[in-house]
Amino acid sequence: MTAHLLYGGAGILLFVLGVWSFLVHEALLRKVIALNVMGSGVFHLLIAIAERGSLPPDPVPHALVLTGIVVAVSATALALAMGRRLEDEDDAR
Amino acid sequence: MNRPAKLMIGLLLCLFALVLLWVFHAALMQSPGARLADLAMDSLPLSGVKNPVTAVLLSYRAYDTLLELAVLLAALLGIWSLGAATPGFQPAGAALAAMVSWVVPLLILTGGYLLWVGGYAPGGAFQAGALLGSAGVLLRLAGDERAGLPSERAQRRLVVAGIAVFALVGLGTMVAGIGFLTYPPGWSKWLILLIETAATVSIGVTLAAAYAGGKPRSRASDGATP
Repeated sequence: MTAHLLYGGAGILLFVLGVWSFLVHEALLRKVIALNVMGSGVFHLLIAIAERGSLPPDPVPHALVLTGIVVAVSATALALAMGRRLEDEDDAR
Repeated sequence: MNRPAKLMIGLLLCLFALVLLWVFHAALMQSPGARLADLAMDSLPLSGVKNPVTAVLLSYRAYDTLLELAVLLAALLGIWSLGAATPGFQPAGAALAAMVSWVVPLLILTGGYLLWVGGYAPGGAFQAGALLGSAGVLLRLAGDERAGLPSERAQRRLVVAGIAVFALVGLGTMVAGIGFLTYPPGWSKWLILLIETAATVSIGVTLAAAYAGGKPRSRASDGATP
């Protein structure tokens, strides 16, 4: 119970920290990192609620997190490539 | 952004965090209620694998995984459309080169193990693919411009392989008259293994190619013009 609260609570804190950084910072790279921190918070929370009491852990949130990690990584790669392209355009000007 | 606005956002988000924590605590206090886990565990013998997470990914929610591979492919297409990759780094020093020549084969070996073990324990296509991708990242950091990947033409085929095998299996079961991605009993383990193998290769190649950050440059040794 306490472990659940600690782990899930850490996920919520990570998520809110990510939202704060996303809103406050202007640089694109920091926004991308903030989005990733938000995503990690959500993954934490999903893993924390997968196990309830003495029952075996629920495989569905685990599968969702696994899917989510890969999608987050590929979205981050696309965002970084776009950001670098934008910087190249700015430099050329 | 000015200082008061930042403080204001911080305060509001603190309140938001407190509300979320309270909701989470209240949710934990309640009894678990009906869970999908029971359904997933009950149908496990029918799915052909012994690891419930693999069963969810490749059997119960196979559509999800198919579309996820499509997302990976779309992201890589976006990256490739933004221009050529930057040249790699300078060749690695002796220590790094020696480490890479040890670690990369081990990563590939571990990837194969994780792929197989996914049938009955934590593991599977995504973990194995991530290891293959990290092998590519290591190779590129050690100075290989193309992250250890083959020519562009071969890369295109490998990247599409996962989703192609997945869709072909789905179409095959559809033609057999049992519905899209409904595996016939007895075959399911091998069909899942086939899909996972193709998906592992695709995920690994996609991640390594995404790390290179652009369309692969053609090497003089490739012969073919782009």
